[in-house]
Amino acid sequence: MSSETKILTTDGVPLEVSLKKAEKRNKIKAFLLVAPLLLFLLITYIFPIGEMFTRSIDDRMVTNMLPKTFASMEKWDGKELPPEEVYRSFYEDYKILAEKKEHGKLGQRLNKEKNGFNSILKRLFRKVKRNQIDETLSIKEQINKIHRNFTKVEYWQAIKRTAPPYTMNKYLKGMDMYLDEDGNIAQVSEDRRIHRILWLRTLEIALFVTIFCFLMGYPIAHLLATLPMKYSNLLMICVLLPFWTSLLVRTASWMILLQQQGLVNDFFVMIGLVANDSRPEMMYNKVGTYVAMTQILLPFMVLPLYSVMKTISPSLMRAGKSLGGTPFVAFWKVYFPLTIPGIGAGCLLVFILAIGYYITPALVGGASGTLISNQIAFHMKQTLDWSFASAMGLMLLTGVLVIYWIYNKLVGVDNIKLG
Amino acid sequence: MALPSYTETRYRIWHYIYIAICTFVFFFLIAPLFVIFPLSFNAEEFLVFSEGMKNLDPDAFSLRWYKDMIYGTKNPWGLAAKNSFIIAIFATIGSIILGTLAALGLSSRHMPYKGIIMATLISPMIVPLIISGVAIFFFMAKVGLAATHTGIIFAHIILGTPFVVITVTATLSGFDHSVTRAAASLGSNPVNTFMKITLPLILPGVISGGLFAFVTSFDEVVVVLFLAGLDNTTIPVQMWTGLREQLSPTILAVATCLIILSTLILISAELLRRRSERLRGINR
Repeated sequence: MSSETKILTTDGVPLEVSLKKAEKRNKIKAFLLVAPLLLFLLITYIFPIGEMFTRSIDDRMVTNMLPKTFASMEKWDGKELPPEEVYRSFYEDYKILAEKKEHGKLGQRLNKEKNGFNSILKRLFRKVKRNQIDETLSIKEQINKIHRNFTKVEYWQAIKRTAPPYTMNKYLKGMDMYLDEDGNIAQVSEDRRIHRILWLRTLEIALFVTIFCFLMGYPIAHLLATLPMKYSNLLMICVLLPFWTSLLVRTASWMILLQQQGLVNDFFVMIGLVANDSRPEMMYNKVGTYVAMTQILLPFMVLPLYSVMKTISPSLMRAGKSLGGTPFVAFWKVYFPLTIPGIGAGCLLVFILAIGYYITPALVGGASGTLISNQIAFHMKQTLDWSFASAMGLMLLTGVLVIYWIYNKLVGVDNIKLG
Repeated sequence: MALPSYTETRYRIWHYIYIAICTFVFFFLIAPLFVIFPLSFNAEEFLVFSEGMKNLDPDAFSLRWYKDMIYGTKNPWGLAAKNSFIIAIFATIGSIILGTLAALGLSSRHMPYKGIIMATLISPMIVPLIISGVAIFFFMAKVGLAATHTGIIFAHIILGTPFVVITVTATLSGFDHSVTRAAASLGSNPVNTFMKITLPLILPGVISGGLFAFVTSFDEVVVVLFLAGLDNTTIPVQMWTGLREQLSPTILAVATCLIILSTLILISAELLRRRSERLRGINR
């Protein structure tokens, strides 16, 4: 017998091959079970998020509107006024647009690139409409006569700048920056930097809500984990009932509590903290946002902390104390380090949820309650600048995914516990 | 939490502070829910406790806002409630079917690329709702499902499946696979094995995931705001509009009903969790 004798199955196939086949079959079986959901999510969810990206950088509008112009501009070096050929094709493109009544959009778009473009295009439009341009003569001379701005090379450079089909403009706008005429990144003037304020405010609120949730969640998670089961089950309802209650119901109750004639103010007056005629405004500012969001997100902090604390044996603390540590030292050196996975899970969960929040801030936060999500919704529904909304959404998503990645490294997604 | 008699004074003080802090936090968590109850029975139109209510005068209380909720003229709540229930029920069924199948696949030790697939399936839970809303809206607008019930149901299936996947995967982690092998060796086909053996054992996980999916759909407002037309308004959308325009006590009547609903859901979820733990042999 040779040393390479193979173990055969009853069909005469080597065992190794047979096992591999079975393994492969099992793999396919498992994958087929996941496939429906995976396909469903890919089509309805993941690809549309990808589409947001193409939408956010898409800048083919001008390219599609002025096809001949861009073709003839390729030979133009962009240093001096373009040759007759460029003028002529621009005139031809524009004439088609004017007939289709799409010239207005071009004017608006080019005006963003170079101020004053819209008004000189309107003059050109009047001439085109009245057929006052003689196509047998030099178009360049005739257009240049319409307005002296047509003789300025910057305006033609502005058209050339819109040539690439993709642009990062929307992302720059989301950070209050823009591309100036030389193609450098510049900051918008200080009084117009609204987005940076929103990003910072979103971060600030998410951060502080996380801290408040941690400070309030840690003690009660500890209490729940150390109390005997029959008491802790009862107290757990205090955590779980808000968790299961509609977000809008909880926001409504905070609106009632925090209003000027509300119970919180009544209480402050009763204990003499404030005078009856100078009740502080606690809603429609940051105080309201912090209080309401902390209460709403607190269960998401308590539940992961509780599930970690539940696994810590109480004898560890006793051992710490019996080895001479005071209760404080035993807590700090033994108990606290063991709860760090729970702290990480809870804080990241609350932070991720808080950073994308907008219902509660919009209702109780007033003017200072607008967060980046509100701005995205605003551009989706009011200004209809969907590419800008997509760009801001993806910037937010990038931030969240980084945190999600850290979360995954630290705790693992499969360790998320619910209830 | 009785302290041993040898406890030093300063730790005794600290212990009472700790209890006080915990009491405050529990109060902070639960109290806001109870404000809504009495105010929804207010006889007046204002959202503050009237003198009569503070003195427990029976005339200060009335059911007028509940009547308004049900019989009020041009009342949006009936349609909204119907829509909410239809959407939530179908979304839950969809989430349960897709999520359970996926969880079964993911729990198999033969599953390739487990990490990345799990991350993809969970992603709707992690991605901020506003971004999900924008992306789903683009898709639904493209395929012509915007402002339809179907579109919203699909959107809520997307948002609900992660919960089912998580709870069922957790249930399956304690699942003894030898029982399915035993069934197979006794001549049962895979479908029969699933229906007769696996499903009854993982049912608590499936239902509790379904409850999460139901609540997610029932409470979801951000995505619906993008997708809904006038005919698809749901309870949360109506509440959102109401809270933004003017806080009427009718909203509180609705809110009270929702709190009762969530209490029922909480009770069933708790019962299921205990049953599931018992079945998995985790006795504490």
